[in-house]
Amino acid sequence: MKPVERRLMRELPVLRRHLVNSTALALLGAGLVVTQVTLLATVLADGFGGHTVAFGTPAALGTVVAGRALLAWARGVLAQRVASDVKHTLRERLTGRLGQGAPLRLATGRHGETATLLTRGLDTLDPYVTGSLPTMAAAGVVPVVVVGWLFATDWTSALIVVVTLPLIPVFGALVGMHTARRTARQWRLLARLGGHFLDVVAGLPTLRAFGRAHYQARRVGDMADAHRRATMRTLRVAFLSSFVLETVATLSVALVAVPVGLRLLDGHLDLRTALIVLFLTPEAYLPLRAMGAAFHESAEGVTVAEQVFAILDEDEDGERGGLRDERTPVPEVRAVSVRLDGVGVVHPGRAAPALDRVSLHVRPGEHIALVGPSGAGKSTLLALLLGFTRPSAGRITVGGIDLDRLDMDEWRRRLAWVPQRPHLFAASVADNIRLGRPGASEAEVRQAARDAYADAFIEALPQGYDTPLGEHGAGLSAGQRQRIAIARAFLKDAPVLLLDEPTAHLDPDSEAAVTHATVRLMRGRTAIMVAHRTSLLPYADRIVTLRAGQVDSDVGTVVAGLAGTGHAALTCAHPVTDPLGDLVPPRLVPAEGPMAS
Amino acid sequence: MTSPTAAVGHTDSRLTAVHSPARPSGGSSRATLRLARQLLPYWRRLLPAGLAAAGSELAAAALMATASWLITRAAEHPPLASVSLAIVAVRALALGRGTLRYGDRLLGHDAVLRAVAGFRTRVYEALVPLAPAGTPAFRSGDLLTRLVDDVDAAQDLLLRVLLPTAAAVSVGLAATVTAWLLLPQAGLLLGLLLALAVLLVPAAVLAVAHRTGREQAAARAELAAHIVDLTEGAADLAAYGARGRAVGRAQDAAARIARLERRRALTTSLASAVLLLFQGAALVAVVHGALRAHADGRLPAVQLTVLAVLALVAFEALEPLPAAAFRLAEVRERARRLAELFDTPAPVAEPADPAPLAVDGPVAVRIKDLTVRHRTGGAAALNGLSLDLPAGRRTVLLGASGSGKSTLIATLMRFVEYEAGSVRVGGRELRDCAGDDVRRVITGMTQDAHVFHASIHANLLLARPDAEVAELREAARRARILDWIDSLPDGFDTVLGPDGTQLSGGQRTRLLLARALLADPPVLVLDEPTEGLDPDTAAAVLADILDATRGRTTLLVTHERAGFTGADQVVTLDGGRVRAAGEPR
Repeated sequence: MKPVERRLMRELPVLRRHLVNSTALALLGAGLVVTQVTLLATVLADGFGGHTVAFGTPAALGTVVAGRALLAWARGVLAQRVASDVKHTLRERLTGRLGQGAPLRLATGRHGETATLLTRGLDTLDPYVTGSLPTMAAAGVVPVVVVGWLFATDWTSALIVVVTLPLIPVFGALVGMHTARRTARQWRLLARLGGHFLDVVAGLPTLRAFGRAHYQARRVGDMADAHRRATMRTLRVAFLSSFVLETVATLSVALVAVPVGLRLLDGHLDLRTALIVLFLTPEAYLPLRAMGAAFHESAEGVTVAEQVFAILDEDEDGERGGLRDERTPVPEVRAVSVRLDGVGVVHPGRAAPALDRVSLHVRPGEHIALVGPSGAGKSTLLALLLGFTRPSAGRITVGGIDLDRLDMDEWRRRLAWVPQRPHLFAASVADNIRLGRPGASEAEVRQAARDAYADAFIEALPQGYDTPLGEHGAGLSAGQRQRIAIARAFLKDAPVLLLDEPTAHLDPDSEAAVTHATVRLMRGRTAIMVAHRTSLLPYADRIVTLRAGQVDSDVGTVVAGLAGTGHAALTCAHPVTDPLGDLVPPRLVPAEGPMAS
Repeated sequence: MTSPTAAVGHTDSRLTAVHSPARPSGGSSRATLRLARQLLPYWRRLLPAGLAAAGSELAAAALMATASWLITRAAEHPPLASVSLAIVAVRALALGRGTLRYGDRLLGHDAVLRAVAGFRTRVYEALVPLAPAGTPAFRSGDLLTRLVDDVDAAQDLLLRVLLPTAAAVSVGLAATVTAWLLLPQAGLLLGLLLALAVLLVPAAVLAVAHRTGREQAAARAELAAHIVDLTEGAADLAAYGARGRAVGRAQDAAARIARLERRRALTTSLASAVLLLFQGAALVAVVHGALRAHADGRLPAVQLTVLAVLALVAFEALEPLPAAAFRLAEVRERARRLAELFDTPAPVAEPADPAPLAVDGPVAVRIKDLTVRHRTGGAAALNGLSLDLPAGRRTVLLGASGSGKSTLIATLMRFVEYEAGSVRVGGRELRDCAGDDVRRVITGMTQDAHVFHASIHANLLLARPDAEVAELREAARRARILDWIDSLPDGFDTVLGPDGTQLSGGQRTRLLLARALLADPPVLVLDEPTEGLDPDTAAAVLADILDATRGRTTLLVTHERAGFTGADQVVTLDGGRVRAAGEPR
């Protein structure tokens, strides 16, 4: 057993029970097989001897076969239910783990892969649970029962079986070790060649754009051919193991059958015994031969189990859990300041700190814009306030209390966050807006949408507020997604806003709409916004420039205002109309086609 | 060689539910037949594989039958000579079984991999006219991965369905014929029960798989959606205190899958049990008939055991059938999707007699009243757009998401058809020319541009296979990526990972830009060449592009609002038509 299999056994009691049950069922099955073989041999020997066969023996034979069928069904049902339980347990643990992992790392990971692992990936455990484990259990007991019965029937034949039986695992292991080395060497080449087709198909639009599509058609065939040759090189060795196992098993039958026949000739043996030996001998080898096949089938599942444990073992560095009882209640943030004192953040694996000795004093109701080139630490600063990242130096305080000591759930209840690319969930538009307040009424949702200038386009959707939003919010433009995110913030009605360039990457019309909505949202709330080169800059009370993780002392903080002092006016490309004045509803963006830009 | 989607109960991503609603099984059966027909040309290779598979199973069955004959005959105490042939046969069959099995597996895999290689080429050729607008697969990585997995359905169909079935059926036939020769009534009985088992068991499995498969797929799609929400939306959920609820929803979906699976377990295990029942019935019936025939003197005693063994081994050979049927249920779904793909009409019809399109030097593109719909009867993506791209001038195209910018580029590159209006280049109407000819004139950097799992050198050379090293370096320099490439230990020979995963957004964009600049077509189109760059770099790259394309007909789509003062013409698209054309703002 590999370490990962031992761990599966340790952590999933249902698997241990499964192994015990499988052993018991295998014993029962072996008993039935022995009975069937004995009954059949008796019937045939009696018929051969010219005795009249009573009705009872064939009837008993039929009953035993029916019993075997019932047992096979029960074994299948139990094994599949265990497989389902195992997958369910792992799915629960994985989803639970995903609900606690560092949010930012999860958000930048490969989501498709995780989703595939939890659905299709875990299914590869089926052959392991329903095939490999029961076969292992059977291999432990069935040969013992069969050989025991053979000894009782005809010890010379039993001896032959006992001598040849261990050859199967010994040869299997020898060949297996040899092939494992050979296949490991081939593996990277095979993976590369196997991935070629996907790569070429994914790049087909590009190949067509440069007139190379037809040239590549030949390459597809060539690469598939190379893949075949490499695969066959591996298989020629890999199938040797099954060749050896099959040959040992069938040769043993011949080794038993021929002497038995010769002893019958001499009259040293009766037909009934000989038939029992003949019918029973293959049954001794069967589970061991099946083990080879089951091992191959379950290899993928074992790899998947390793991936599952790798996710479960990731250390929880970002999110703090537990210790809730000792947490200090969050002070009234509408009245107190948020302060950063000499805060530093170092991302693992990076030499340069993401933030270095940053101090910032945010007064209640103040609007602060963070500017600076990408990588200067603007988003890291927001992540600190959200509790997604912890400072490695300095401290963050809310009304004088260390952020670390606050109940994180309580603190986040006072924050509304509008990221650069908000995630839209697989739920209705209304439920997406309700994210922070699941109990909000329909009227409240509609009001929030109106406040975010999102009501018009939502009502134009096929099912209005009930329209389901697909993967990645398919069907909504970037600007519309932003306005849904702003509606979320309106509905949550939190006193502190954290805005991460909500108007970046938007076209001018969307930008105007989102700017209007954001400015309305900021009214009466504390706001910290990343606003490099965006239209939000004129609405900041103060502009803080970050450069390489530090507050740029050359520029320092510039006091800006609605009038737009020098710096703010210079960096803003498109001044927008006074947001506090008469607001023009933003232009509606038409629905997108499949090739929409 | 198991495919990655080997397990029973193959799942779909949630996108499946949207794009390919389950069809009646009749369609998928036809699709499976069609898939099988597409593999027919490889019969020369497949036939020996099938024969070896059947031979290996027959050897196993014959070994038991001969051994039982040997033993029963020996019990009659004949002279040794009368059983010596049987002794030799038993030993030969014992040796032959393993050898045949080895040959069967090697021949089978070789033949199947050859067939799959050919089939891949056919799928690829079917995909060429569909890229990128003809099928949703090119818009979703998941769908594309599944499509490539589906192609392996051909492998599964041959290796895990057809070959095992062929072997099982040949053993059944051989056993029936032998039994019939020994005792006609036993042969008939055995044949009848075998035929019933071969037909009924797989049919029942297919019916069950079809019924439960759809519910399973829906439940899995739901779980997949919740997992994407939990990971991709982790930060949004955490910030809004909604993680607990999202975990709860995912766990509800997981519980639903488990409930369905537990229910399904009751039926899926029936197949093997029913086969055993058939075996028992055949055994009892054949033995009973044989005993009576023996008592009547119609059957020699030796044949008694042989008949019983024939009944046993014939059904043992059917053991792989339930697994093959489950596999077939899966293959049917995949074959149906492949058939759909083969039947998808190309979005752009190639002219029967294409007009030659030869262009030398800068050329103008005249677009007049252009209307494009992505679906017939759907909203117009381009709605009477008129625009001139003057020869040797650089046009910057602005506009909101959905205003039709990328559609215009796709139309110019003949990836989507236009319904009305005209596009003329070099004196020719685009739809009169071959698509490949058009793309020799109008090409560049599209939004879905792909970085291949190959060296930087190969990735660039794709645009112009005959380019000199100096030209390569110049294109890289203009895209501001030459220094980075030179800083790599392997330089231009550095192999990039699948879809350029180890590149940063900026490096990727600049590499794609370098490729487009290397292509240097008469009309260069660039769709968002500064996407993913930080604002300062974006402005610099934009300025470089405009500088590098001076004197060339260029269409540049961008979201940037500054840095294109060097453009000759700035156009804003709105609702599929031009809003304002004029001097740069």
